[in-house]
Amino acid sequence: MTGISRVLKSTLAGLAMAGFAAFGMQPAQAQTPPNVLIVGQIAEPKSLDPQAVTAVNDFRILMNVYDGLVRYRDGTLEVEPALAESWEVSDDGMTYTFKLREGVSFHDGTPFNAEAVEFTFERLLHEDHPYHDTGPFPLAFYFSAVDEVTVEDEYTVAFKLNEPYAPFLSNLAYPTGLIVSPAAVKEHGSDFGRNPSGTGPFKFAEWESNAKVVVTRNEDYWDGAPSLEAVVFRPITDANTRVAEMLSGGIDLMVEVPPDNLSQFADDQNFAVYEQAGPHLWFLILNMKEPPFDKKAARQAVNYAIDKQALVENVLQGTAEIAAGPTPPAFAWAYNEELEPYPHDPDRARALLEEAGYDGEEVTFYVTEGGSGMLDPVAMGTAIQADLAEVGMNVNIETYEWNTFLGEVNPGLEGKADMAEMAWMTNDPDTLPYLTLRTQAFPDKGGFNSGYYSNPEVDTILEQARRSTEQEERAALYQQMQEIVHEDAPWAFIANWKQNAVTTAQVENFELQPSFFLLLKDVAKQ
Amino acid sequence: MLVYFLKRLAMVVPVLFGLTVIVFLIMAMIPGDAATAILGAYATPENVARINQQLGLDRSLPEQYFIWLGNLLQGDLGRSYSLNRPVLDEVLERFNATLVLAGAALLLCTVFGLLAGIVSAVRQFGWTDRIVTFFVLIGISMPSFWLGLILILVFAVNLRWLPPSGMFAIYGGGGPLDLLAHLILPAVTLAVVATGVIARLTRAAMLEVLRQDYIRTARAKGLTERRVIYRHAFKAALVSVIPVIGIQAGFVLGGAVYIETVFQWPGIGRMLVQAISTRDLLLVQGGVLVVAASYVLFNLLADVAQHLLDPRLKS
Repeated sequence: MTGISRVLKSTLAGLAMAGFAAFGMQPAQAQTPPNVLIVGQIAEPKSLDPQAVTAVNDFRILMNVYDGLVRYRDGTLEVEPALAESWEVSDDGMTYTFKLREGVSFHDGTPFNAEAVEFTFERLLHEDHPYHDTGPFPLAFYFSAVDEVTVEDEYTVAFKLNEPYAPFLSNLAYPTGLIVSPAAVKEHGSDFGRNPSGTGPFKFAEWESNAKVVVTRNEDYWDGAPSLEAVVFRPITDANTRVAEMLSGGIDLMVEVPPDNLSQFADDQNFAVYEQAGPHLWFLILNMKEPPFDKKAARQAVNYAIDKQALVENVLQGTAEIAAGPTPPAFAWAYNEELEPYPHDPDRARALLEEAGYDGEEVTFYVTEGGSGMLDPVAMGTAIQADLAEVGMNVNIETYEWNTFLGEVNPGLEGKADMAEMAWMTNDPDTLPYLTLRTQAFPDKGGFNSGYYSNPEVDTILEQARRSTEQEERAALYQQMQEIVHEDAPWAFIANWKQNAVTTAQVENFELQPSFFLLLKDVAKQ
Repeated sequence: MLVYFLKRLAMVVPVLFGLTVIVFLIMAMIPGDAATAILGAYATPENVARINQQLGLDRSLPEQYFIWLGNLLQGDLGRSYSLNRPVLDEVLERFNATLVLAGAALLLCTVFGLLAGIVSAVRQFGWTDRIVTFFVLIGISMPSFWLGLILILVFAVNLRWLPPSGMFAIYGGGGPLDLLAHLILPAVTLAVVATGVIARLTRAAMLEVLRQDYIRTARAKGLTERRVIYRHAFKAALVSVIPVIGIQAGFVLGGAVYIETVFQWPGIGRMLVQAISTRDLLLVQGGVLVVAASYVLFNLLADVAQHLLDPRLKS
């Protein structure tokens, strides 16, 4: 009988030896190579074709491989020249003429010129373009105002719009407007997304599915070659595993750190924590077609009843700031500084509910389990439910998985729910209110106004702001809009998310951008 | 024997066919669609219709199914719209990774499950038996994704002996030793429950066999205890344990879904999770087809092995 134990023991010992031998060979386990930055991404990229993708996760790679005609100035959401050196806007706001930078090449060696710009936008917008079938291009509507792109000469290109559309420039700075190499699209067709070629600071080198995307330094970058030799993007979908990789030295930089882990990194001098408020808004859509929220008093009551301070401090652990109105402060030039968040005032809320004639009827509240930009929706939803119960509102939560949730909320809340969680991240102060607050944006008209807010004054202001080409005039209009919407309270304004990132102490010159893009050109690693 | 094998093989086809129909229907029934998943907050009815048309999802369900089936018969599983590449390439690549992980886990659970079962049967009610039974109970009861996280915390974050995730080192990796280092934690995690199950059943089967008359005869003949246990008892017990190992192979493949997510193993389980959440129908179909086919195949192999070992089934 002892024979059996001996067999078991020797097998165990053998396996243990094999195991130790294996990790004994891995002394450099905790060290990432010098001058190569390893980034922990939240998912495998869908594609590296800038026109084919919609996720911020993919944008983080793309913004380092491609350039647009314009880009956001460091630390702002205002545009500055990039591949275009300058531009002119016609007086009617319908024609934009860009003078392009000369002597720039795509990574595949072909020259960047007006024809490349024309090719990029014709492929995106025209169904009869020979390479339109390399799509689909889900965000093509960002440029639906573009009627025609014409090559005036080798380095001059003109965009003719079908109506004046002020966010056009800012949309050009968005990933959907990045310029692709026509030669590479023609060569790879539908596989262009796996063989990308742009003009950006890093060249695409390798994509090993579910393991890594590698980009290397573009020595000839027109704005100065980057300091890093290469960047490796690793998809690590599980947040806990991402944290474990960061702690064990497998990655140099991670984004979207869970709030629970943020303080752990902040207390450790081997790591640096970054935070940056972005153009994000988390809010509750209130259904204005049906009682109780057809009355302004009831809607304001919800805004007063919710303890937003407790939400951002306790539930979100400081990873967000309290929102005052419909426009995030990250749009500094268009933000109304005088707007104050609704204070937490349960007594006022009770009085307003009484004024609205609310008599304790059940209020249905759509909550999602999670989704893009939704932060911690279940915990936030239950905290809000408790705040509203405090002032006498009887709130019934219905929880849905994200895709199902969107399928319920986007067609409108009428007959189904009284309030719903929602979050948006946009690149221009026009986008969110234009798509969600106008009468013409009711769901049956193809918009996202799921709570049916309708104020003719706001409609006029938003149309006007979109047609104006003067930034100051637009700013004044948006500020006026924020004031009206704040008072009308079609939503409960809750929070603006702060994007966060953690790097090891060896990483230098890293900054988060309000655009939420990850720009690595100036980053260095010791 | 050959006839039996061919008969079993022929039954695989309708099983897989029925399965693809069920997957197709389930994916059609769950709310949300690919276009909504792609567009997120921008999913207006207009945009959804445009994307659906481009993806060919505006056709009727039977039409979509038969197009898929027709392509399948030509060896084409379609193109994944969430990953923008052929489904077959993706599925095969990911399935290889899963086979490595599941194969290692199956090896671990078979070896340790059998050994633990034998030891505890032979020493029934002794201390060894009690200790083994205790650990088997813990192993079976423990949620494996939690065990995975604890192992990462101990061996990767604190001790830094093993890498926390992935299949190969991101830089300068590759080679069998690198793979082994990455494989140990997920394979052990995945094997724990199955080891427990196999150990329990081996113990029961061994106990039953050891009570048989022919074992007493063998001992009475003066054979060594070792020979009695391995040549006579274990071989007989193995016949009833083998189908269980076949079933455990299926559970190991299924468990890979959680374990691959925790350890970021680039296998088919993690691919399926992602494909379902992006409503990538063709990728789900392709993945399920391969997993189901291999599950059926494992069971078939177990049956064949049982037939070879058990003389009573040979006729």
